Amino acid sequence: MPGAGFTQAESAEGFRVRPEGRWTVASVAEINAAIRRLKPRGPKVDVELDDLESLDTAGAVVLYHAMRRWRKAGLACQVVGGRESHLDLLRLVTANEKDLAPPPPERHPAVAVLERIGAATAAAAEEARTFVSFIGLVVERVFRIASTPWRFRWTAMVHHMEQTGLNALPIIGLVSFLIGVVMAYQGAVQLRSFGAQIYTVDLLAVSILREFGVLLTAIIVAGRSGSAFTAEIGAMKFREEIDAMRVLGINPVDALVLPRMIALLLTLPVLAFFANVMGLLGGGLLCWATLDISPDVFIDRLSVTKPWHYYTGLIKAPCFAIIIALVGCHEGFQVSGRAESVGRMTTKSVVESIFLVIIVDAGFSILFNVVGV
Amino acid sequence: MSSASEPVIRVRGLVNRFGAQIVHDGLDLDVYRGEVLGIVGGSGTGKSVLLRSIVGLNRPAAGTIEVFGQDMGRASAAQREAIEQRWGVLFQDGALFSSMTVAENVGVPIREHYGISGGLLDKITALKVTLVGLPPDAGKKYPSELSGGMRKRAGLARALALDPEIVFLDEPTAGLDPIGAAAFDNLIRELQRNLGLTVFMVTHDLDTLIATCDRIAVLAERKVIVTGTYQDMMAFDHPWVREYFHGPRARAALATAAE
Repeated sequence: MPGAGFTQAESAEGFRVRPEGRWTVASVAEINAAIRRLKPRGPKVDVELDDLESLDTAGAVVLYHAMRRWRKAGLACQVVGGRESHLDLLRLVTANEKDLAPPPPERHPAVAVLERIGAATAAAAEEARTFVSFIGLVVERVFRIASTPWRFRWTAMVHHMEQTGLNALPIIGLVSFLIGVVMAYQGAVQLRSFGAQIYTVDLLAVSILREFGVLLTAIIVAGRSGSAFTAEIGAMKFREEIDAMRVLGINPVDALVLPRMIALLLTLPVLAFFANVMGLLGGGLLCWATLDISPDVFIDRLSVTKPWHYYTGLIKAPCFAIIIALVGCHEGFQVSGRAESVGRMTTKSVVESIFLVIIVDAGFSILFNVVGV
Repeated sequence: MSSASEPVIRVRGLVNRFGAQIVHDGLDLDVYRGEVLGIVGGSGTGKSVLLRSIVGLNRPAAGTIEVFGQDMGRASAAQREAIEQRWGVLFQDGALFSSMTVAENVGVPIREHYGISGGLLDKITALKVTLVGLPPDAGKKYPSELSGGMRKRAGLARALALDPEIVFLDEPTAGLDPIGAAAFDNLIRELQRNLGLTVFMVTHDLDTLIATCDRIAVLAERKVIVTGTYQDMMAFDHPWVREYFHGPRARAALATAAE
């Protein structure tokens, strides 16, 4: 920035600083750096403003703070000359410079770490509490609606069944089909080495029917629909639509949560069944193509596997549906005033529901193992 | 200062239409350096569209807009950017970035355009925050933690971040209680005087018009039908203008101002 800065002179009676050129926001960074290096000596400093071409608030802030530093260092500091408009601006800055509250004292790093751990723990506990109370709220409304079923929002439920169920069929079918192919291929390679390739069918039945069909479905639905629940409800919360519902006497749980939850409860088992069929289809086609296990043999072999493989898988579907719907809706209600909060809560909802689905799946494995099915 | 007759904004023959709906048709307007100009008009007469056209958020169908003598329709990107740094805009609800604190919001243009950071940025933003009458600790707060009036002040602080020459205000007192609105009027007047601002204000608030505006421009029939002082408005013969400036609210506002 040409011609923005200051000159200095020292004489017997004291130090003189002459700001010159344009002291504006475009040049204050350099001026500030230079003037901080200046160490005036002597009993007094005269700041002569006559050469100052222009001054804005940023320039005035720099000048004000420089003079304040010198005064604190025990120098008598005064402004000499200058245009009236510049002096006005300097006065304005001086009048508005209130001392900021001192920053909180620096904590020991170890204390800071402990504090963060504590705060995170407290936040997690609080969140668990609100989630449990949300579950309670939903259960209460479920019983209320069960006694007055005509008040249930059937249209909304059908809409959500289309969104979460029908529209999810292509992606779930494709993914399950491919997983079936991959499972069959991996199994075939291993089992063929000791001539037991026919057991590929059992491997497929156990892995897809018991685990992969329903688990993949739940994970895809959590990513597709759980996130949508959070974003939809979160955006409504953000724009005070939920508050509007409340004051209009509409229970937000009835209007928003129950249709979504019941819709998912109905569609997720169907989706899981569809995933099972597609997975077995993919596996069966691969067996036919690479292992010469014909469809007849495949179906024969499949029909002697225990039916409980099939049941254990589908029993889990409604549980996963409830987890995904509850977590998705709950996080939606947690959205606060900031725009980024919708995004953060959506991420959180997907991560949490997938995590909970896997935890519950593990619990089911233990349970089925104990009861021996 | 306010008597200088150099127009900083010249709008000539402005035409704006959205689909079949014509909002402006041959609108002319001058804004002079150092004045506070209030734009009034009924709902849907395109007050905000006019503001958005001048600041470049809305591309007019025809007409020229000159700011500081530069035809904005023909300005290069660099020229436009240079001019954009000489004005500040306060949107109706502040339009603060919700993920940043007030101080960070105010610092955005300074950091973005001049790369100033650290202690100096803190000092400049702290000054702007107190300059618009917010308590010093408001700088650390997020927009969602502020009241509507404080959000407007914070928005004004951001609009003033680069010491603009022109400030555009879109309904600055809408949604404020009368005390808050009066305080905001005073603030605008005071800042205008202290910083030598030119203020272009869209408003509905008769008290604001009386308390702060040097001149008033009335939008009706797709153009500016009259500009002048409040007294000129009182004398002007047009059904809408008469209803607006002679209505019960106008009389009440005048009575308060006369006290």
